[in-house]
Amino acid sequence: MIYREAGQFKTTYASDQAIFPIVQDRVFVALALACAFAVPLAATEYWLQAILIPFLIYALAALGLNILTGYAGQLSLGTGGFMAVGAYSAFKLTTAFPEASIILVFLASGVMAAAVGLIFGIPSLRIKGFYLAVATLASQFFLIWLFNKVAWFVNYAPSGTITAPDRRVLGVIVTGPNSTAGARYLMALGFVVVFALIAKNLVRGRVGRSWMAIRDRDIAAEIIGVRPLRTKLLAFGISSFYCGVAGTELVFLFLGSAETLAFDINQSFLVLFMIVIGGLGSILGSFLGAAFIVLTPIFLTNVPHIVGLKMSVALLKQIELMIFGALIIFFLIVEPHGLARLWQITKEKLRLWPFPH
Amino acid sequence: MSQLYAFTLGPFADMVSSPVFLVEVIVGGIAAGLMYSLVALGFVLIFKASGVFNFAQGVMVLFAALTLVGLIERGLPVVLALVLTMGVMVALAFAIERIMLRPLVNQEYIILFMATIGLNFFLEGFGEMVWGANVKKLDVGIPDTSFMVAGVQVNKLEMTAAVTAAVLVTVLAVFFQKTRIGRALRAVADDHEAALSIGIPLKTIWVVVWAVAGLVAIAAGIMWGAKSGVQFSLSLIALKALPVLILGGFTSVPGAIVGGLLIGVGEKVGEVYWGPLVGGAIENWFAYVLALSFLLFRPQGLFGEKIIERV
Amino acid sequence: MTDGARRPLLEVRNISVAFGAVQALSDVSLDVARGEIVAIIGPNGAGKTTLLNVISGFYHPYQGHILFDGKDRTDLRPYEVASLGVARTFQNVALFKGMSVLDNIMTGRLLKMRGSFLLDALWWGPAMKQEMEHREFVERIIDFLEIQAIRKTPAGRLPYGLQKRVELARALAAEPTLLLLDEPMAGMNVEEKEDMCRFILDGHGEFGTTIALIEHDMSVVMDISDRVVALDYGRKIAEGTPDAVRTDPAVIDAYLGVAHA
Repeated sequence: MIYREAGQFKTTYASDQAIFPIVQDRVFVALALACAFAVPLAATEYWLQAILIPFLIYALAALGLNILTGYAGQLSLGTGGFMAVGAYSAFKLTTAFPEASIILVFLASGVMAAAVGLIFGIPSLRIKGFYLAVATLASQFFLIWLFNKVAWFVNYAPSGTITAPDRRVLGVIVTGPNSTAGARYLMALGFVVVFALIAKNLVRGRVGRSWMAIRDRDIAAEIIGVRPLRTKLLAFGISSFYCGVAGTELVFLFLGSAETLAFDINQSFLVLFMIVIGGLGSILGSFLGAAFIVLTPIFLTNVPHIVGLKMSVALLKQIELMIFGALIIFFLIVEPHGLARLWQITKEKLRLWPFPH
Repeated sequence: MSQLYAFTLGPFADMVSSPVFLVEVIVGGIAAGLMYSLVALGFVLIFKASGVFNFAQGVMVLFAALTLVGLIERGLPVVLALVLTMGVMVALAFAIERIMLRPLVNQEYIILFMATIGLNFFLEGFGEMVWGANVKKLDVGIPDTSFMVAGVQVNKLEMTAAVTAAVLVTVLAVFFQKTRIGRALRAVADDHEAALSIGIPLKTIWVVVWAVAGLVAIAAGIMWGAKSGVQFSLSLIALKALPVLILGGFTSVPGAIVGGLLIGVGEKVGEVYWGPLVGGAIENWFAYVLALSFLLFRPQGLFGEKIIERV
Repeated sequence: MTDGARRPLLEVRNISVAFGAVQALSDVSLDVARGEIVAIIGPNGAGKTTLLNVISGFYHPYQGHILFDGKDRTDLRPYEVASLGVARTFQNVALFKGMSVLDNIMTGRLLKMRGSFLLDALWWGPAMKQEMEHREFVERIIDFLEIQAIRKTPAGRLPYGLQKRVELARALAAEPTLLLLDEPMAGMNVEEKEDMCRFILDGHGEFGTTIALIEHDMSVVMDISDRVVALDYGRKIAEGTPDAVRTDPAVIDAYLGVAHA
């Protein structure tokens, strides 16, 4: 056995409902967090830039979509659009108010995305299931069109792109061309840890229960007293907030500069894949799914090289698409609850190992 | 004030001032709409018969077209290529049923929907891998020329597509309503388990339906491919079929036509008369917003069945 | 028992409901006095569940009124009705399959929870204290219904009988003034039914809840109800004490039948 839980009795309800009820888990997580913050000291530029930073950013987006689709059951294909709202708002805000704290700018961009999310969430009271998914496509295509057409959003730049300027936190440059990967990594890490904690607190309490009630049986939920519009709008708002901040991070902490192509429908699908593979309705699943989707292309580009096969970039992209598609189907057949559930099953088996049951 | 006029009344004034042009725009819209309907037909078939919302229908259109063109390029005569493509789509139906549908037979529809999204990406990558990613020209012997009817320009190719769509719709509508198999298909769409329990061979039904949808996809692929070349963006056009379905209802074959017409005409008219006022490219989102507004008033679409919820 | 001077808790007046051409309820009236247990019986399709759905606010009648505690409540939305103190169970168990038993029952407390969203997000101070208080109340109900062992099990995995019990727990958790039970004993064996009867009666005794239940098992109806209302084809055909209704010829014709020697 990896570790024993025997002897750890929870004597209060509070300890029963804690996020990490087992002492060893708490220690492990504390250590993991400490290591995570210490990573910039040891990691290479490549690891930070190509793997860790996008992982943290997409984990945040996946958390957002998971709240909306995994917990509240509202299928959304508009993630890319909301990420765009975040990024473009942040760009406008920071160029208009260069003295403002970039952290506040990030948060404000999330609020903007949340506001837009609330507006596009209103139809969800009447529209459900696939119909809602198609309705979210309306928001996706409209928002991208808007950012393409209205030059004000890019400050009339002829290139049509938005670029992250240099901004500091506590004297260290964290965004823009002069920032280091380490600094950007710490920003992303900080945000995602805080927001993951908030998300976890929300889903294990009153708010999360009302979301899951709507998801599982919306009519019975309403008869019990859940207010459907309020609950759904809350999900849309918070989810869009998270996706908005993730979108901002995508430009400010990862890409450096971007145009609307970075937020198109493929982005929406990508994040959806993350939560399906990682596990719908699971905070951990959002992270696992994001890790999987970020690592797979890296894996695919490097493995044939190591094994000695030569493949063109186009072919790799096609195989990537095929593998993603096949994996979605695979997970839905084998384990609809995704990697998170597989992890749970593994832990249960580890408790008993080496005994079979 | 003049802004307001330009937005609301101006376009109408434009329409009235040159009615011939308006008719041409509408005809163009009808033609485009019918092409959307062809794609939507495939959706409706599968949804009507298995309750599955096949997000991959668009990519099936692309895949069918790619296969056809690829075979023709490799030197096969058109008719043989067509027959082989049909065979490929039927084989695809078998594969989909075996690998994807059978294991998921009792899952909620939303899971099946997501599986079709996975299928969508798989087929996209696969099609590109096998046939290559560059644009291909598809020549089916129908010239893309126009002729004049009562002073209005009409495109031969678009007319052919219109006629094809009309014929397909009639055949399919009759099929569903009148035949025994049609009834079995409707039973399956209602409730898989119940259909199984009264002896309806689910597997066969599903293969049949997906194969027919595949054949419809070939028809759509030919039409679209002949018009704009066979390329990846074909699958995006198929995304447009979704608003068509919303307007027409997911389960109605004639609804797919009406919905397609509404979207096609609406888009074209919107783009030509209002587009210039906002910088163009309204077509990217107009159909979706139209569908969304529609959903707010009639969640089941024009022809769909009213959903009565029970507790 | 009924106190003549006080208003009945629930007054159903001339309710008529139709779905297209189907007349589900025609001109149905009944009263439920505070603290009573009223049973609603009748053949399948008589409109019993429809009646409960109208009281819950899920369906709206095209004719008639529902008065709750003397005030007209006909046009309220379901969650508004719930906030008046009406809780219910459903014919086909409507538990939230993705949540544990404990969470399911906690959803019954949702109306009693006042939340500050911000504090919820931090799981701190008043938010946590409130969560624990509600947890304590729910644990009382869990003890009362003897389902401690399954509190962390996902509701979807429970056997049918236990699911029905959890549904009852969820309804009781709301501390309802009026409890609507739709066939709470359906599909249970004799022992399970005895247990459920005990729970319902104890709940009625301990919490003082008024109860209206739909039930097919006549022995249960005889045992626990104060009054019985019989429906057939959407109309009320009899009303009175259990013995009176049981021997009513119209009810025997429509539903109960006669024992053949």
